[in-house]
Amino acid sequence: MTIATVNNYHNKVAQSRAIAEPTWFRWLLIGTALTFLGLFLFVPLFTVFHEALRKGLGLYIAAFNEPDAWSAIELTFIAAAIAVPLNLVFGVTAAWAIAKFDFKGKSVLITLIDLPFAVSPVIAGLIYVLIFGLQGWVGGWLSEHDFKVIFAVPGIVLATIFVTFPFVARELIPLMQAQGKDEEEAAIVLGASGWQMFWRVTLPNIKWGLLYGVILCNARAMGEFGAVSVVSGHIRGMTNTLPLHVEILYNEYNYVAAFACASLLAFLALVTLALKTLVEWQAKHAATTVEE
Amino acid sequence: MKINLKTSSVLPGFGPALGFTILYLSLIVLIPLSATFLKSTLYTWDQFWTTVTAPRVLASYRLSFGAAFIGAVINAVFGLLVAWVLVRYRFPGKRIIDALVDLPFALPTAVAGIALTAVYAKNGWIGSFLEPYGIHVAYTPLGVVVALTFIGLPFVVRTVQPVLEDLEAETEEAAVSLGANRLQTFHRIILPALWPALLTGFSLAFARAIGEYGSVIFIAGNTPMVSEITPLLIITKLEEYDYAGATSIAVVMLVISFVLLLIINGLQWWSTHRHGHGR
Repeated sequence: MTIATVNNYHNKVAQSRAIAEPTWFRWLLIGTALTFLGLFLFVPLFTVFHEALRKGLGLYIAAFNEPDAWSAIELTFIAAAIAVPLNLVFGVTAAWAIAKFDFKGKSVLITLIDLPFAVSPVIAGLIYVLIFGLQGWVGGWLSEHDFKVIFAVPGIVLATIFVTFPFVARELIPLMQAQGKDEEEAAIVLGASGWQMFWRVTLPNIKWGLLYGVILCNARAMGEFGAVSVVSGHIRGMTNTLPLHVEILYNEYNYVAAFACASLLAFLALVTLALKTLVEWQAKHAATTVEE
Repeated sequence: MKINLKTSSVLPGFGPALGFTILYLSLIVLIPLSATFLKSTLYTWDQFWTTVTAPRVLASYRLSFGAAFIGAVINAVFGLLVAWVLVRYRFPGKRIIDALVDLPFALPTAVAGIALTAVYAKNGWIGSFLEPYGIHVAYTPLGVVVALTFIGLPFVVRTVQPVLEDLEAETEEAAVSLGANRLQTFHRIILPALWPALLTGFSLAFARAIGEYGSVIFIAGNTPMVSEITPLLIITKLEEYDYAGATSIAVVMLVISFVLLLIINGLQWWSTHRHGHGR
């Protein structure tokens, strides 16, 4: 999954005869693999767009011609616009400390950063309810000061930050570890300040990995359902993100509108995959030019 | 935690960087997570045990872990196949298909949930083919397996793919020149090299599937004792304002997730040290 993956295989062997399968067997394997991917990936993906447009373009557009849909889209972007930059800053800072310095407890720290991936999204929402909810640790104090976290936007933002927490860090740590610290040390010895070193040496070296992490982080931030569902309270036009809006429409048997909103998210996912592939190619290209 | 610098470095910013990392990690992750454990102490041990071993809760563990396990096994088998086909063969549309394998990472789970339900329902494209054979997928435990297979699909492919790419062709050629047939080469040479990556991918898919919520609830039908997953049960308890009950079940799931995380870390360490490859 890391960006450092390079497809060496075809360069190394031009499919040597001795270790190749017979043609019919090869196509059997390709056919089986594609059937599996078709049943689980391609057919469901196609269905989203098919169901959305089934009753014509008019009804499709009507699904977005609604204030609730717009406020859901807006909230989805707000949550991502806060969560992604925060986790970006955290990811760079954590990777700097972990990849460039030696200290005790480093592997424990790396495991702790990965924790949010191991936690069920539902539990990610629950933990904030336990702290900020009315029964929670600071819930009473918050309600006295008329500040709502749970069933309000701050809770949604917090839950989004939690589920996207490790994305940038776990992309940058192996990358920066592999790059070592020689270039940065040279910059400092030659008299660069800390910030000059960061902007001129570190950042150009990690830009593709950074972008890759941000793309994945953003996709998850905009698509998160479970964690946000627990803290949101599903108040229409107020605390509904786009994935939650899809759920409400679907449960109201308003399938066309539900799939119309879902198609927007599916489109975002496809854009994400395209950008991600582009960044992988760029990184591969950058790696080969450096080697040459 | 006491931090000792082992080697002095000319690079700046270690103190602030580590300080911010630990502060942010504590505020967002560690303190909220520990709140869950503290909250569960509101119950006595007996109350806790009764809650987490109630018949409805036990049935949900069986479904969540059982379906996650079956889904991960399906993904291990077909993920290996997909990785193999993508690395070793050439066919039209390969690059696009390679990119689309990551779709379950990028597609919001709610969208996956309603799409899978539409496809596998009685009148859906695939569901209508299965219906005459008496196979019902949507609104049954089988539907949960389908959703969890979808969710875990990229993990095995993406862990096995790089190892397969780096496999030396010379070893396989040597096996062939020593008289091994293709099946023996696969069984004796290729598969042993792939085991750590395959197991890592399997565990990642399994761990992800246990906690999955969004894609499952639409297709599961959510009948208590039959098709109700554990994360849904936590939400149900929350909606009944049974905070202690929800927290108790959450603690059980958290402990299991942490153990799985340690196992996965161990597997990745094994994988890295055998082949110089990590994720």
